Amino acid sequence: MYDTSDIRKGLKVLMDGAPFTVVEFQFVKPGKGTAFTRTKFKNLLTGAVIERNIRSGEKLEPANVEEKTMQYLYQEGDAFVFMDSSSYEQVHVHSDIVGSDGDFLQDNLECAVLFFNERAVGITLPNFIIAEVVETEPAVRGDTSGNVTKAAKLDTGAEVQVPLFITTGDTLKIDTRDRTYVERVKK
Amino acid sequence: MSRVHGRVIARTGDTLLVRTATGDLRVCPAGDAVPGDIIEHTAADPPRVVRAYLRGDYPTPDTETARLSRGRLRNLEKRARAAAALRSFFAARDFVEVETPLLVEAPGLEVHIEAVPAGMDEWLITSPEFQMKRLLAAGMERIYTVCKCFRAREAGPLHAVEFTMVEWYRGWSDLDAIAADTEALVEHVAREVTGSSRLELSSGSVEVSSPWPRMTVREAMRRFAEVDLDGDEPATDLAEKLRAAGIDLGGAQAWDDLFYSAFVARVEPALAAMDRPLLITDWPVQLAALARRKADDPRVVERFEAYVGGVELANAFGELTDPVEQRARFVDEQLERQDRERPVYPIDEKLIRALEEGLPPSGGIALGFDRLVMLVCGAREIREVLAFAPGEI
Repeated sequence: MYDTSDIRKGLKVLMDGAPFTVVEFQFVKPGKGTAFTRTKFKNLLTGAVIERNIRSGEKLEPANVEEKTMQYLYQEGDAFVFMDSSSYEQVHVHSDIVGSDGDFLQDNLECAVLFFNERAVGITLPNFIIAEVVETEPAVRGDTSGNVTKAAKLDTGAEVQVPLFITTGDTLKIDTRDRTYVERVKK
Repeated sequence: MSRVHGRVIARTGDTLLVRTATGDLRVCPAGDAVPGDIIEHTAADPPRVVRAYLRGDYPTPDTETARLSRGRLRNLEKRARAAAALRSFFAARDFVEVETPLLVEAPGLEVHIEAVPAGMDEWLITSPEFQMKRLLAAGMERIYTVCKCFRAREAGPLHAVEFTMVEWYRGWSDLDAIAADTEALVEHVAREVTGSSRLELSSGSVEVSSPWPRMTVREAMRRFAEVDLDGDEPATDLAEKLRAAGIDLGGAQAWDDLFYSAFVARVEPALAAMDRPLLITDWPVQLAALARRKADDPRVVERFEAYVGGVELANAFGELTDPVEQRARFVDEQLERQDRERPVYPIDEKLIRALEEGLPPSGGIALGFDRLVMLVCGAREIREVLAFAPGEI
């Protein structure tokens, strides 16, 4: 069990049956009263953030969660298959868990796979990936206004907004966190 | 070409403005450095970033110029002006400044405050109140002290283990006079330091001119937590009321733990949004500490807390002068400390004897000086107003 003195960023605890991680905490103490740690927890399954005041002396239950770096191999029906590159152990992660991140997955891409009670419950992509444009409309000559973008389809399956000068066959750096174009890179 | 070593103040294009350890301003090419970084630049190479302490988790800076930013230096100047304003305020009201010991054999027994041990049978004070009351018993009428206090394991945006307390007492007087002092003192210090009685805080601006609005604890709990508090109900009843109001109790059982669960979750956040200070008065007898019961309502005691911008600035008592009740409360606190497996400190027999000799009716208050400085500087954290913050000593 943990108590308030163990609270730090990244601590994984179990509350109401769900795993949470500490994202922020602060010491609070009314003059004549008990000390509290005002703590923000992120639910590792839903991403929702909640705040709770943990009283000094209160106990927190550790959550059995583990994050492993794994390589993406291939898609099989409704599941994405990842492999632990040291143990060669493979796991199937359901597409509901992978969500919209699925269309950024590339062969051998290293992702962080989160396990809760030995079950895969989430994946985190690298912040940036390099991908090739397989389809985009050619730029219209004369349209030079500053912020105009157009859609481009990547070889991973995702569609992102890109500047007008990008053409099919270009290689791009993409920020997977907000699904945005960063820059064109040389092959 | 000479060597530049200092803190980056600004970056324009590919040029940096750097303040060196000697206080000079220098210009050098930017490289990867951004404002806040400590850089070292020699000859034609781009500067080397020695510490990027404003980016992400910052380690304790290893140079004094990095440790004390310009904002913090300005705060230290304001701190000195606040101390001078404080002393001129008390001098004008005929208070005598006294010095009390920091090393004592009987620190405060309050259940939720831990003293820092200093050797075998001595501790550093958590508050100078016992010694101040002995001076009242000795016949001094208007006294104040500005001293360091120490409370183990208290570290946060509003807390440091070692901090500065202002305490003042009025013999042959009462809590109303102390409240009037508090309002006038904060207004005076604000005007002397900032030129205005309107403080600009991160939570918004707060007008501190006196008199301040007041609210009883009962009213605050009713308004902000939707709980009807009697003040002397059993803990089980209080728990039921709080649960009905949807307050997360997290396994709290003791009366004070229950009360503060609601106070921290509902009342304090509401206070932070106010544009005027607030005196929270008439505390439940369960949270009496060293205050005496109110004559017209024995469920509450003569105590107020002053909140400014959501920050608890001061705590005041109509002082308990009855030696028998004082000893009984000390014994209760010792027993409760034992129950909670906290160190049990001895009773200050010299204080009890002073009460037996006779203490005039008195009012007294403890005000966190660092927090007062935070308010006049608009600082969010206590470390911004300290020359040496936790982790830097």
